[in-house]
Amino acid sequence: MTTFLQQLVNGLSLGSIYALIALGYTMVYGVLRLINFAHGDVYMVGAYVGYYLSRRLQGKEPSLPNAILVMLGAMAACAIFGLLIERLAYRPVRRASRLTLLITAIGVSLFIENAAQLVFGPDPKFFPSLAPHAEFMVAGVRLTSEQITVIVVSFMLMILLRFFIQKTRTGKAMRAVSFNLDAAKLMGISTDRIIATTFAVGSALAAAAGVLIGMQIPKIDPLMGILYGLKAFVAAVLGGIGNVPGAVLGGLLIGTSEVMVVGYLSSTYRDAIAFGILILVLILRPQGILGRVTKEKV
Amino acid sequence: MKGALWAAGFVGVLLLLNGLFTGTLVPGVAMPPYVLQVLCLAGINVILAVSLNLINGFTGQFSIGHAGFMAIGAYASAYVTVAWGDRFRAATGFLPEFARDGALLLFALAVGALLAAVAGFFVGVPSLRLRGDYLAIVTLGFGEIIRVFILNIDAVGGARGYSGIPKLANFFWIYLFAGITVLVVSRTVNSSFGRTLIAIREDEIAAEAMGVDTTRSKVVSFVLSSAMAGVGGGLFGHYLMYLHTNSFTFIKSIEIIIMIVIGGLGSITGSVLGAVLYIALTEGLREFSQYRMVLFSLLLVIIMIVRPQGILGHHEFRELFGRRRRAPVDPAPLPPAPGS
Repeated sequence: MTTFLQQLVNGLSLGSIYALIALGYTMVYGVLRLINFAHGDVYMVGAYVGYYLSRRLQGKEPSLPNAILVMLGAMAACAIFGLLIERLAYRPVRRASRLTLLITAIGVSLFIENAAQLVFGPDPKFFPSLAPHAEFMVAGVRLTSEQITVIVVSFMLMILLRFFIQKTRTGKAMRAVSFNLDAAKLMGISTDRIIATTFAVGSALAAAAGVLIGMQIPKIDPLMGILYGLKAFVAAVLGGIGNVPGAVLGGLLIGTSEVMVVGYLSSTYRDAIAFGILILVLILRPQGILGRVTKEKV
Repeated sequence: MKGALWAAGFVGVLLLLNGLFTGTLVPGVAMPPYVLQVLCLAGINVILAVSLNLINGFTGQFSIGHAGFMAIGAYASAYVTVAWGDRFRAATGFLPEFARDGALLLFALAVGALLAAVAGFFVGVPSLRLRGDYLAIVTLGFGEIIRVFILNIDAVGGARGYSGIPKLANFFWIYLFAGITVLVVSRTVNSSFGRTLIAIREDEIAAEAMGVDTTRSKVVSFVLSSAMAGVGGGLFGHYLMYLHTNSFTFIKSIEIIIMIVIGGLGSITGSVLGAVLYIALTEGLREFSQYRMVLFSLLLVIIMIVRPQGILGHHEFRELFGRRRRAPVDPAPLPPAPGS
């Protein structure tokens, strides 16, 4: 039972990372019907920005203000990065066929990965610790301060996002665009601006995930975004693509099941479980757990 | 009759070139081994690109796991020749030596193609039932799973790689199968079944309304494409005599996509052109190998923005230079409007 609880805690902290990345996938899919393959790489760039920022702050004691500074800096940098990707690569092909969009997304993703290997160097880097390390024992379960930070910060961000989407005017416009882009445009919503905002918000969340993973598993490399991105996408599909609470639920489920498989079966199946789940979802419930069936109209 | 003559001529030319290149025909005349190897790898890439174009270009679906099917074909056929080769040779002892090698290669390739087709069926059925980009993600995931799976099979070498595969494939066999692939795909595309594939690409809902069983057509085209990728993989293993799962990563699938995107999605000659161009570029840029993928990915994005249909688009090479079959008809002059 204790082992199970321990695995559950580990799974939740990994799952919150997936959930943060999955939110970006699902939001962009919602407004553009595009699988933004480059999203996993934005997460990687976020981790690197966090790495360079914390190197700058080194020498000072690991402290809370520093950690917040690094986090906000990485989020701002990636929001701009996301805007650039949208403006330079996706906007010119937005009216083209979906296949064109998809190939563009793959091209952007490959470009970021390979350019990152040139800029950051192909070898892994070790993320300096941002906050003092501590461990707590609760009912026989070992909780590290990093795990608690990851879970608390991700849930704060998710609640903030929920507030943004449900309560602000921009959030309302975002929902309208995802419901029907053309109708939203006719109602006077500046769809270009809303799509750009969606990319910025999604990329900022990915950057937060990047910094959080740097704190938890202190090794980052230019290709780390591929696998995390794919699993987060599977999480978005599992929850129902285009559905924001679904992405969070999917992320937590994927993270937990991955940790459980490693804990109880074998670590070789670590990367296979997400895709196994994906194929099962596609067969049994293609709209995802929280997704609604939409009839395609001509 | 005409077809048989063409086929005989094609095989004859290939045999001749093969003899000339390897130096067995005219003593002292041979292709430099490096150039010959590049040529053979280009032929294998033609097989992969043309077969992927059937699903990505003509059916309008998007698979990014072609390397996975290639890996299945490569490992399965290599296993056949390594493990069962001696028994097969004994059973076909009545044949002359070169025919025995050929028969063994054909048998191995058939097994590889069959297994790749079965895998294609199981990947295709769940993902092709749905519209949208699910196939892309499922094939991507499948490609990785199959790689990890092979890496853990000790009988085919696991992480050490699979060595000791006899060199059964050569210039002749590779280009023979490249020719067959081009023939199969062009015959398929120009058949009535091919029309249903193109209808699905153009408008899936309209195709369905016209009575096309879209799921069935998509799955058949996907299975066919996977089988041909399996043949390509089999030739790859029997040409290089060594296999490692690192040859079948996601990057390999992307390379094949770059080839067909450069040449033109939905053009067979375009994919042949793309495959050859890609190989020429990679070999030409060997000195700048660290910038190569940056360049190719940038090229991919720029092509999508500037010319999303690729160099040839939906057209075939012949249409650019050949005589037009029908002269364009001038529209008839409009009848004068009544009352004027």
